[in-house]
Amino acid sequence: MAILIDRNTRLITIGLTGKQGTFHTLQSRDYGTNVVGGVTPGKGGIVHEGIPVFNTTYEAVKETGANAAMIFVPPPFAADSIIECIDSEIPLIICITEGIPVLDMIKVKAALKGSNSRLIGPNCPGVITPGECKIGIMPGHIHMPGNVGVISRSGTLTYEAVYQLTQREIGQSTCVGIGGDPVNGTNFIEVLEMFEKDPETKAVIMIGEIGGTAETDAARWIKANMTKPVVSFIAGAAAPKGKRMGHAGAIISGEDDSAEAKFKILQECGVTIARSPAELGQKISEVLKK
Amino acid sequence: MNVHEYQAKDLMRQFNIAVLKGGVANTPAEAVEVAKKLDTKVWVVKAQIHAGGRGKGGGVKLARSLEEVEKLAGEILGMQLVTHQTGPEGKKVLKVLVEQGCDIEHEYYCGIVLDRTVGKVAMMVSTEGGMDIETVAHNTPEKIIKAHIDPATGFTPAHGRKLGYALGLKGDPLKKAISFFENLYKLYIEKDCSIAEINPLVTTKQGDVLALDGKLNFDDNALFRHPEIEAMRDITEESEQELEAGKFGLSYISLDGNIGCLVNGAGLAMATLDILKLHGGTPANFLDVGGGATKETVQKAFSIILEDKNVKAILVNIFGGIMKCDIIAHGVVDAAKELELSVPLVVRLEGTNVALGKKILSESGLKITPAGDLADAAAKAVAAAKGGK
Repeated sequence: MAILIDRNTRLITIGLTGKQGTFHTLQSRDYGTNVVGGVTPGKGGIVHEGIPVFNTTYEAVKETGANAAMIFVPPPFAADSIIECIDSEIPLIICITEGIPVLDMIKVKAALKGSNSRLIGPNCPGVITPGECKIGIMPGHIHMPGNVGVISRSGTLTYEAVYQLTQREIGQSTCVGIGGDPVNGTNFIEVLEMFEKDPETKAVIMIGEIGGTAETDAARWIKANMTKPVVSFIAGAAAPKGKRMGHAGAIISGEDDSAEAKFKILQECGVTIARSPAELGQKISEVLKK
Repeated sequence: MNVHEYQAKDLMRQFNIAVLKGGVANTPAEAVEVAKKLDTKVWVVKAQIHAGGRGKGGGVKLARSLEEVEKLAGEILGMQLVTHQTGPEGKKVLKVLVEQGCDIEHEYYCGIVLDRTVGKVAMMVSTEGGMDIETVAHNTPEKIIKAHIDPATGFTPAHGRKLGYALGLKGDPLKKAISFFENLYKLYIEKDCSIAEINPLVTTKQGDVLALDGKLNFDDNALFRHPEIEAMRDITEESEQELEAGKFGLSYISLDGNIGCLVNGAGLAMATLDILKLHGGTPANFLDVGGGATKETVQKAFSIILEDKNVKAILVNIFGGIMKCDIIAHGVVDAAKELELSVPLVVRLEGTNVALGKKILSESGLKITPAGDLADAAAKAVAAAKGGK
């Protein structure tokens, strides 16, 4: 089962023929992902590393029956690629690209509404269902199949959490990097809801950061809806204040978005918190034993 | 990216947003020249630094004669201006803005930011202008009125009416405020701003609606399509190391501790600072080498960390995804040799090509303390920094 991706996922890579696109597509294919095609405008018709290339996403979907896309397009053009995927009605779009202008993402967000597509990212490591399908840049070998769902805003910190689980021989159902950008396609709550419904997932790790209200919104949702245990860490307790965001960013919510405040609300909502990022594995094994 | 008030106001003029007449000056003599051209009896001399709170710090003064303009400009230029945003060392003032005075009737607040909870741009206004808006938002959130703007419709007259009437305006000032809001939104979108803040926005006794102050920040990710904004960058306002780091694709923020950190990924970099603190240590910096780092960028990262003389130990914490551990290991070895590293070095590698990376480190002949997991790495780095004193 797992969520979002599995053995039946048919992947195309947008920006396949670029250096990063090629490297990570091959890594994903080596892991077992069914890569059915790629898109690079102007290179349609060639076969790259055994993968057929198309000029447009529309064409790629029509010819291959792809149901997922991974985007490796440079930031100035990445939003356009996402919109092209939405237009092609690809159910799942995973955008790895970092550095997309915020105003471009606001337009993408509007285009997603009412569409047939879900976007994960941008600026994310991707999604992996261990043993079945990997779409993204995460090192596959640190994962193992199992029952813990992982959701995170960060890339490498997710690997850290996964590594701690695998060290303890606790496998993962699916790991989802939702991305570190202020405007993204899918939020914590949407992924939590999928994990709640997924019979294979027994517990969830949620890794957040300072800034915004995504984690506290998720905490309140967990309290009201989640029956499975959730362990959470918030990065940035030691980060200097105001370095990442201008002060007007905090006004909009009128809410304290420091790590301390987020830990507090998470705890009040029944989430098991890990004060140290090194404790995530241990906390999960504790909640699984209960 | 941040710009000065005088630059923000130049941009606002281009978008027909009402601001007072004025100009920038680098010397007291230039300040007088600017003042002479303004048809006014009262001038305002304003220090141009990127931090807020300039008035309270003594960086904004009223002059009633040209002699006074010269005298005040002389006092402000070169002063070390301390505000709640500069830190205790303050910031040296190199430019002043000289503006005509005006008869203020009422002060308001107007700001545009991204509301990340809905993924839309929001315009906010408040009758509590001139105040610290964070305090207003915290104590009396009902006094902040917001309008979310859909990218498909853009700013419409309805948004303008909502905000204008909420401020209690009517007649001509209402009309002027609505067009002010609309033009500010246009500027925000066309120039890829991340913050546009007018505090205070004022109505005058003559019935004008204008921006008394103006703060604009721009989305760094969108600067590629705005060379005209990039050209406004004032490098004297930015940290030398942070700029240098940026050139190499490194994200560096200087902190006040003694453990230098080199990490890949912003989340893991933040978590590394957190765990150092939990182990009783103090980080000297935040440094994210990013996913595309090469041997050269790792060397650069080391040299930036070592420029900070407080550094007593360095912790390298890499979880290879895109980044391969062997590349990091080569960079670490080369940097340590080239820079004749004298502080203890703790290295924790995990992920892609980890075995190769560890081999390179152990065969280098360098004194490197290898660390197993995250907690081990933090404990060893904290101990090394204490022992190095």
